[in-house]
Amino acid sequence: MPLLTAQQVTKRFGGLVAVNSLDFTLEQGSIVSVIGPNGAGKTTFFNCIAGFYKTDGGSISFDGTPINNLRPDQIAALRINRTYQNIRLFQNMSAIENVLVGQHRHLHTPWIASVLNTRGVREEEAAALDEARELLRYVGLQGRGDILAGKLPYGDQRRLEVARALATRPRLLLLDEPTAGMNPSEKQQMTAFIRRLRDDKGITILLIEHEMRVVMGISERITVLNYGEKLAEGTPREIQTDERVIEAYLGRSGSGDESAAQRAGGAAEPSAGAATTVTGA
Amino acid sequence: MTRALAGPGAATVAPRVAFDWRPVVRIGAIGGAVSLYLCLVGIVPVFNQRPLIIGVISLGQTALVLSLFATGFVATRKLTGTAGARFLAGGLAGGIAGAVLSALVLVGSVVPLRNVFLNASPELYDLLTFGLGTSGFWAPLVTGIALGALAGGFSLLRPRLRRSLYVGFLSVVIMGLFAGLIRTPLLSSPLENLARLLFAPEGLTPVGAVITFAVAVALNEYRRTNDLGRRYRAVPSDRRWTVIAPAAVVLSIAVLILPQTLGSFFAQVIAIVALYVMMGLGLNITLGLAGLLDLGFVAFFAVGAYTVGLLTSTGEYGIAQWSFWAAVPFAVFFAMLFGAFLGLPILGIRGDYLAIATMGFGEIIRILAGSDLLKPLLGGPRGITNIPKPFDVPPDHWLAGPNQIYYIALAGAALIAFIAWRLRGSHLGRAWLAIREDEDVAEATGINLVQTKLLAYILGAAFAGLGGAVFAALVGSIFASSIQLIVSINVVALIIVGGMGSIPGVVVGAIFLIGLPELFREFSEYRYLFYGFALIAMMRFRPEGLLPSRVTLRELHVAENEQPPDAAEGALVAQEEAG
Repeated sequence: MPLLTAQQVTKRFGGLVAVNSLDFTLEQGSIVSVIGPNGAGKTTFFNCIAGFYKTDGGSISFDGTPINNLRPDQIAALRINRTYQNIRLFQNMSAIENVLVGQHRHLHTPWIASVLNTRGVREEEAAALDEARELLRYVGLQGRGDILAGKLPYGDQRRLEVARALATRPRLLLLDEPTAGMNPSEKQQMTAFIRRLRDDKGITILLIEHEMRVVMGISERITVLNYGEKLAEGTPREIQTDERVIEAYLGRSGSGDESAAQRAGGAAEPSAGAATTVTGA
Repeated sequence: MTRALAGPGAATVAPRVAFDWRPVVRIGAIGGAVSLYLCLVGIVPVFNQRPLIIGVISLGQTALVLSLFATGFVATRKLTGTAGARFLAGGLAGGIAGAVLSALVLVGSVVPLRNVFLNASPELYDLLTFGLGTSGFWAPLVTGIALGALAGGFSLLRPRLRRSLYVGFLSVVIMGLFAGLIRTPLLSSPLENLARLLFAPEGLTPVGAVITFAVAVALNEYRRTNDLGRRYRAVPSDRRWTVIAPAAVVLSIAVLILPQTLGSFFAQVIAIVALYVMMGLGLNITLGLAGLLDLGFVAFFAVGAYTVGLLTSTGEYGIAQWSFWAAVPFAVFFAMLFGAFLGLPILGIRGDYLAIATMGFGEIIRILAGSDLLKPLLGGPRGITNIPKPFDVPPDHWLAGPNQIYYIALAGAALIAFIAWRLRGSHLGRAWLAIREDEDVAEATGINLVQTKLLAYILGAAFAGLGGAVFAALVGSIFASSIQLIVSINVVALIIVGGMGSIPGVVVGAIFLIGLPELFREFSEYRYLFYGFALIAMMRFRPEGLLPSRVTLRELHVAENEQPPDAAEGALVAQEEAG
């Protein structure tokens, strides 16, 4: 049985259909990428899974449980967690406190016990701190735990977001453009790191990514979205040779479909670069 | 180097190094406007009633001297030019400011300004002209030039010397302000002669001023040469208690004997400060930690106060005549109940809308309390009176009157500070902070928003309810008119001034915004003027508050020896190679 199943998922914003009758399945333990031109509905789809948006139609189920009517914290409790396209850390908290917030769900002592500082609280806090330190080490942030999250350099903030998500002990991790704004060597490190997450911790990974080198290198399957609809699905090799995908990225030559070409070409740097990589790879 | 090239003479005669006079004139004009404002709004004449150094200078004169001197100092501060240029700029700016005051005297001698500005009186002109009357209209101009030039000279001093002088003068002003308050209790102590030497009934004696100045400068120099701050920081964290513990003991003894030595007026002021500390710590949970701006916070205070009133009053509206101690748990409980009751419907509201909604709740409670509808129950505008004191002691007992409230309020504030501190460090405290930082992400990280926000309201309300209970016992009565919107705003302001989310910040904020105005009741007319000025200055120069909360070090005390921060860079690479 697939870990995540989406059936006929639709999300509208006024007249705009951001995600249109999307069917999608995700196998346990796989690494799957969602790609597509800017505005294709990738992040909207993520937000539907994570509970940020209520879907306007269709259903999403995780490990057999329907989740499309749950609140984000309930979805987190089912062990789905995510990172964000524009890094969203708790900026005025220290790095290690960010990770500790991720563990919030596992800390059960009532507030009155915290006030009395009972032995249970002390032990729970000590264990939580140990785990948080371990997570910081795992993402390569040891020694920086006491720095305010907002003051960390960009790359460290991306890692800290992953550490915070890992602190919730997710089974499914949604990564929204994890390598955005990184240089090639950092991208390579992040790719290897994502693969390790799956291999070491058995976390299923769904990512949105523009950088084709990363996508092709890491994904076992790829789903291509365009105008909120699924354009193609398959292994990296199948996607690279798919006529419709190349068309969506480059536009249909000579057919007068200017807008598609403009959208692919005029979109921000990543997708323009992506277009060349798709054909060139 | 510039000074060597162009001597003082060269600069005054022909300022070759382009002397930019425009900012100087602008600062002079601003200084003049400030001085004029101080005079016309009545601060100078009113403060003139009160001496700073007896027979030498009054508070009003101090204000004028300071504004003229500051004008000159600010004008020279950004100047990089020669010594002469500095004197010139200071004198020019001070002169312009002085000229404005001269103009006031001149105009005032011709036009009956008093019809419009009540404070433009002959007494003010006499003050400005050193008793020469309107014919001495030139006096402020000359004084301005002299003080401005003096400030120019002051800016030439070495920073360290300047700082010492600055500390000395500031100490004299502060001691002068508090002289009367300190003197009274000292007169009945073994230090009586010292008190008579240093302090007049109001203000310092000239000898006292000189001694204060000398002691302040000496202490400042001692602190600097020995660098006490660094020496304290050098103490390892597990040994710091050897420094802190004696200080804490001395402080607690001082706190305990304070009402006995300084008299009950001080005790009452501190009790009021402690009340606001309780409310401040309560709102610090909802606003400072969870980021929920509640402008109706006084409602919970009211619930606590009315509960104690109803349960303990021996007057006509009392229903139980319980003791204060039996009523307090109920006061806190009902406040919490109201916190939940008010919190539930507004949980989904964010930001500005939340502020407006909570303000509405606060007003509803105030109007209800004073309404005819609840008059049979709460006494309407006449309120509940005859609330007994917590300890029933004879009037000559050391716990009599406001003294016992002082101890109760302090104990309450200390208890609440302790609870707030523990909560801040708990996982609940972290969840609140996360909600303040980014509500959506906090929820996606697994925090139940409804539960967590509601707890913030309930606990915040509990603290305010305790404050209200103590207030009812302090005053002995509770009226609808005590539940003003301004109380809520005061509490918000003291949190902002102290530093959002910081527990010591709440205490400092309450001392500054509540304690000081209470101590200087005679200037209460200008209370909100200073209040507004202080708030604007805070927002402009120190928006993080007086004592912002600091990051608690959580990682390093275990991991500091393992790897230096730089090594972390390689970690991902290492992982990559391994994987």
